[in-house]
Amino acid sequence: MNAPRPTTKSARISSPLWELTLARLRIFFREPGAVFWTFGFPLLLSIALGVAFRNRPAQPSIVAVVSLELERALAADAQLRPRLLDGPGAEEALRTGKADLVVLPGPPISYLYDPARPESRLARALADAALHPRGPPATVDKPVIEPGSRYIDFLIPGLLGMQLMSAGMWGVGYVMVDMRTRKLLKRLVATPMSRAQFLWSFVVMRALFLLLELPVLLGFAYLVFQVGVAGSILLLLAVSLLGALAFAGLGLLVASRAQNTQTVSGLINLVMLPMFVTSGVFFSTARFPDGVQPLLRVLPLTALNDALRAVMIDGGGLRAVAPQCALLAGTAAITFVAALRVFRWR
Amino acid sequence: MTAALRVEKLLKKYGELLAVDGLDLEVREGECFGLLGPNGAGKTTTVEILEGLNEPTGGSVEVLGMQWASDERALRQRLGVSLQETHLPDRLTVEENLRMFRSFYQRGRPVEEVLDLVGLREKRTSWTERLSGGQKQRLAVACALVSDPDLLFLDEPTTGLDPQSRRQLWDVVLEFKARGKTVLLTTHYMDEAERLCDRVAIVDKGKVIALGTPQELIASLGGQQVVELATERPLAVEDLGGLPSVRGARKSADGIALTVEQLHLALPAILAHAEPSGLTRLSTHHATLEDVFVHLTGRHLRE
Repeated sequence: MNAPRPTTKSARISSPLWELTLARLRIFFREPGAVFWTFGFPLLLSIALGVAFRNRPAQPSIVAVVSLELERALAADAQLRPRLLDGPGAEEALRTGKADLVVLPGPPISYLYDPARPESRLARALADAALHPRGPPATVDKPVIEPGSRYIDFLIPGLLGMQLMSAGMWGVGYVMVDMRTRKLLKRLVATPMSRAQFLWSFVVMRALFLLLELPVLLGFAYLVFQVGVAGSILLLLAVSLLGALAFAGLGLLVASRAQNTQTVSGLINLVMLPMFVTSGVFFSTARFPDGVQPLLRVLPLTALNDALRAVMIDGGGLRAVAPQCALLAGTAAITFVAALRVFRWR
Repeated sequence: MTAALRVEKLLKKYGELLAVDGLDLEVREGECFGLLGPNGAGKTTTVEILEGLNEPTGGSVEVLGMQWASDERALRQRLGVSLQETHLPDRLTVEENLRMFRSFYQRGRPVEEVLDLVGLREKRTSWTERLSGGQKQRLAVACALVSDPDLLFLDEPTTGLDPQSRRQLWDVVLEFKARGKTVLLTTHYMDEAERLCDRVAIVDKGKVIALGTPQELIASLGGQQVVELATERPLAVEDLGGLPSVRGARKSADGIALTVEQLHLALPAILAHAEPSGLTRLSTHHATLEDVFVHLTGRHLRE
């Protein structure tokens, strides 16, 4: 139990906007589930995907051979690791995936492998080159290992965009409908509370959250995966803020008339799922046919992800992200206005 | 005496359904006025129109001498509202809820004072979800009192509460009334109306069917006592109505109910009349507002 507060403090009346924002923050941080989904989940996802798609040093191909002579010839190439086995043992190794290729002495030398397995085709090409040297190659290899070109560099801005989308949609859309079903909205509009300040409390909360979300995810990405921000951090913050506002607006819109939380959950998923898949969170939107590209360009998450990547990876300035920022600002403005037109306060 | 609330020919339709059907009402400043009626009588719809949360289909409403259409901002500052059901945020404390509601008003009572008034000082740091039903309801009323309103609306404030919690809430209402403020409450408990209300309007099917102090309404039955009896073979209600000191007689669900002025005169005659038909049950009680309602509608309040 707290000690009684001094009366001077209790006599102080704070501003409604501050009290409303404080209430939003308290309710959020007292709900461990909400905290996990907002902060923990994107980190876990980035670990899982970062580990799964990490850049590995090239592994040597394992080749099963049945003669000492072949083993010696193949061992000359560092990219090959020959393994001397007897005939049946070599075939079994191929069958069970322990070897990528079996080389049988000739003449002619024969290769046993499954052409559908890329690593088998690679092993065959390497073995063939080792057994039939043709002089120095006419080409030069230049390995690409700079930061910015790895999958994790692509993924982190996508995850940030995804997090901004789901935090905005759930944090505004779901919470609003929950307040409506509790008759809390009705109770609040029975007071002189300003409706504008009530909505502002959600915007302020999203903005404050951004100051937590961004450092957590970016700091984590930098420490664990050395993912840096090539462009301006301030610009990144501004782009994120616009994204947060756009999705807060969409959240408000889906919540404007829904009478129960099941309905609004369905609507939120209906809006978010297509963007999860098509807006370039996990893989580039370029994989979709040209015909649908114009459609994908105007999705708010596509715009947000493109802008985040332009700043984080390419170091793009304001000019580079202006179209995306305009689209996000427009989405925020249109959704807020439309939502307020039809919003059911009772 | 000025009127805190004046309602004339109030009408509210939901499609074909007539929820409020030409209701008239006048609540004086400083009184506790009760709207008494069964579920579905239109009490909540009426109160929500008075609170500016619902639009009437027709009729006129004047609250504290003002109109909702033109004076909403001023009105909201002066009203206290406790809805029939409000689930305050589960994980805000009692005190945080009160401070938030206090911040919406230009003037009001100190949060500490209201905590004491509703007896929740000990619970000030408890989350709402950890309060009992009675404590939650007192918190809801506290959120309405923290602005020190001139007019307090309480929509079924004690429905579903245990007797002790109900009495605690009654004390809160009586304290508010003692400060010279006006209360409009709805209830379907007659004991609550008798205990708290200076005047009561009995509402049925969207209309006021009786109006007066609880004593006046009970007196309108013609007698202070009610005798209920049942017999093996049916009795003619009219014959019983003519017996000495019996002021009214009607069939009830399981027998006959009589309104009696003087029990010692009526009872011997009733017994003599009913015994040949095989008397199986006879009971008496002081007349209540429930009897008034049954007398007027032939139905019970909580059917």
